[in-house]
Amino acid sequence: MSGASLSLPLLRLADVHKELGGRAVLRGVDLEVAPGRSLVVIGGSGVGKSVTLKCALGLMRPDSGRIWVAGRDVTGLRGSQRQAVNAKFGMLFQGGALFDSLRIWENVAFRLLYAQKQRRASAREQAIETMRRVRLGPEHADKFPNELSGGMQKRVGLARAIISRPEILFFDEPTTGLDPITADAINDLIVEMVKELGCAAVSITHDMSSAVRIADEIAMLYEGRIIWRGPSAQVYTSGDARVDQFVHGRSQGPIAAIV
Amino acid sequence: MIIVTPLGRATLSILNEMGAAAIFATRVVLAALRPPWFFSQVLRQLVRLGYASLPVIGLTAIFIGGALAVNIYTGGARFNAEQFVPNIVALGISRELGPVLAGLMLAGRVSGGIAAEIGTMRVTEQIDAMTTLSTDPFRFLAAPRLIAVTLCLPLLVLVSDIIGIMGGYLVSVNSLGFNGAIYLRNTLNFIRAEDVVIGLVKAGVFGFIIAIMGAYHGFRSSGGALGVGRAATYAVVSATVLILASNYVITSLWPL
Ligand SMILES: Nc1ncnc2c1ncn2[C@@H]1O[C@H](COP(=O)(O)OP(=O)(O)O)[C@@H](O)[C@H]1O
Ligand SMILES: [Mg+2]
Repeated sequence: MSGASLSLPLLRLADVHKELGGRAVLRGVDLEVAPGRSLVVIGGSGVGKSVTLKCALGLMRPDSGRIWVAGRDVTGLRGSQRQAVNAKFGMLFQGGALFDSLRIWENVAFRLLYAQKQRRASAREQAIETMRRVRLGPEHADKFPNELSGGMQKRVGLARAIISRPEILFFDEPTTGLDPITADAINDLIVEMVKELGCAAVSITHDMSSAVRIADEIAMLYEGRIIWRGPSAQVYTSGDARVDQFVHGRSQGPIAAIV
Repeated sequence: MIIVTPLGRATLSILNEMGAAAIFATRVVLAALRPPWFFSQVLRQLVRLGYASLPVIGLTAIFIGGALAVNIYTGGARFNAEQFVPNIVALGISRELGPVLAGLMLAGRVSGGIAAEIGTMRVTEQIDAMTTLSTDPFRFLAAPRLIAVTLCLPLLVLVSDIIGIMGGYLVSVNSLGFNGAIYLRNTLNFIRAEDVVIGLVKAGVFGFIIAIMGAYHGFRSSGGALGVGRAATYAVVSATVLILASNYVITSLWPL
């Protein structure tokens, strides 16, 4: 464990700032994730968790600050260089973000079909194999996303993210909108996939039960900065009043509830 | 000042918008010209946007051809020029009404459709998802639509020309007392290749406008269902205005 955290971070954000809609959303975010480790960023709604993830993924460009992937500065990369970096990533979007005009197997195999230009027959085989790993039967392969339940759509999204063995998996609110039992099953799958692939994971959530299940480490984002980070076991005993208030879900405290 | 300031602001925002659209168009054209190409997507869009537009185009053309014949007949009767119906129907359809009406119909059907589809993909993060899957949404979504619509529209207009002239023919022969064989001979003797060519050039330009406006407003949309609806409206309105404006420009610049 300590050996892993000493090695070079796979992903590193340094002093990332981002203003959106005239508001300074990120005001100097620092984060790093070591290979094979699972980091969960917690924080209230609208605090900028998704924006942090989008900056890390290159979907948004930070106003200032630097981002490194595997030791390489990727902050300003565009086009095919950016695509090469993204080949190391897998991302599970909050709403699933499945392509609704494509069949389930084509969704799962999207990277193989269109980024790697693999043959359809072999891509389909790999898609069905990956679907099996997230416990989706081959009978779903030819359906369209709107024919599946929310939990199954999450599984398809997960399968799509892991099909080409990413080095970093990103999860945006993986359990939001799911019933507790399905949410638990998704948490289990995430832990299992991260272990199986040996990849790093960066998740963002406001669901504490999910956070402690999938995290090695937890970081809390508040007012555009990481105000606390530590091993997941210590999150309930951080000694920081703001973290305490959040993890215990109290409306009274240093963080004002926005209703 | 009270009047000038908002006017200036509106002008600036229109210029700003046109600049952004021009940059967008350049990026899509560059994406369409360079590999990787997604031929399967082009084919899919040819069928969805082009082939499926045939009924709309055909119906529009036949009614306009018929109405045009009646109007020319009525007008021509005032100075004993009824016999020019076939010539003017052919000219009016091939140079002007065929391409413009096809363009306007598809501004609604295709440009609005593209904006709504891409806009929905934008607000449901499907476009972000595509980027994380190392696939450029400009190449995968915008370029195939641009290629498909720009190629399709001239073909659709050719069909529209034929059906429109046929509409004029049917009305003229069945209710205006023309002889069918003479009507057709007059049409064929009168119409020149350049009349059809200018129509097809217009069609290509309109196709470009339709695809670019749809994709541009789709990619820019934000803010849920409301944003998607707005994107579709903007696409239809801007495509319509640009089609009419460019139609005038092409018509007046075309060497006679
Ligand atoms: N594309 C955008 N344009 C303008 N404002 C945005 C955009 N994306 C996010 N924001 C704003 O940034 C803030 C943080 O958003 P987000 O990162 O999605 O929050 P969360 O922590 O719930 O994931 C919110 O106030 C949101 O309104
Ligand atoms: Mg979010």
